[in-house]
Amino acid sequence: MQVKINGKIEDVASGTLLDLLKSKQIEPQMVAVEVNDKVVDRDRLATTPVSEGDQIEFLFYMGGGR
Amino acid sequence: MDFTEEQINRYSRHILLPEVGGKGQKKIAKAKVLLVGAGGLGSPAALYLAAAGVGRIGLIDSDVVDLTNLQRQILHHTPDVGRPKVLSGKEKIQALNPDVTVSTYEERLTAGNALKIFEEYDVVIDGVDNFTAKFLINDACFFTGKPLVHGGILRFDGRVTTIVPKQSACYRCVFKAPPPPGLVASCQEAGVIGVLAGIIGTIQATEALKLILGIGRPLTNRLLDFDARKTQFREIKVRRNPDCALCGEHPTITELFEDGDPYAGCAVRP
Repeated sequence: MQVKINGKIEDVASGTLLDLLKSKQIEPQMVAVEVNDKVVDRDRLATTPVSEGDQIEFLFYMGGGR
Repeated sequence: MDFTEEQINRYSRHILLPEVGGKGQKKIAKAKVLLVGAGGLGSPAALYLAAAGVGRIGLIDSDVVDLTNLQRQILHHTPDVGRPKVLSGKEKIQALNPDVTVSTYEERLTAGNALKIFEEYDVVIDGVDNFTAKFLINDACFFTGKPLVHGGILRFDGRVTTIVPKQSACYRCVFKAPPPPGLVASCQEAGVIGVLAGIIGTIQATEALKLILGIGRPLTNRLLDFDARKTQFREIKVRRNPDCALCGEHPTITELFEDGDPYAGCAVRP
């Protein structure tokens, strides 16, 4: 199924947001996940399915500034 | 307050702008901007805000200038190595524009001092490197109702967003809490391309001036991410989170605290 991840269209297997993170080897604690402009709670990543056409953002923490 | 002939000359390129004019320049002259961190992001922000004629600039930083800072912290020069950053910063600001009053706080921002300091300013600029301080700044701006221009830089990536408390998404609406310390790389390990501080810090200064002038469309409810490798900006829409522990419908954070380990570091990307 096709979704948009961080602005890029990608073909991904069906599954949950947590599955998607795992397939990309992204540690869930390291990102905020937004689907269609709405933040998904980390506790709900394992129960939220990825749907066709979703716009998904994996927002990494950006800490530096000094 | 009236401008002298010299001031009218100094700010003429601002005054010529219909969106600024003499009236707007007076707003800038009356404005008070707090820079938390006189480092990478704070440097360009301080210099441009000083050049713009911001009436009062506050600098908070407990560090002294280190040789490794000079690659990006353009507020500090080689002879400043070993000197307090707030002192070095104050001198540069006043050399650039003696109209500016500089208040210095040679201390770390803490849950104990943040509210009292923030109260005195109109806009706060985040130029710190650790997550504890970033969350503390976000929370202190919420409790004092001060608009915040948040920024972050890492390696080749930068991010900036503006937060107007209770009106737009806050840092905690998106990033609930600092990442666990074990997953975070230290700033020394992470590295950053120096000019990125200039790009992001300058956008932060632009946002601060827009807020002061009340013009344009602020960078609220949007994260502006910059990738220096591709020279590409990307905007990510965000919105207020009703479950936000700070500004949501049932807040659980009701007072300032220091969230996470301030020495855990600053970095992320896998």
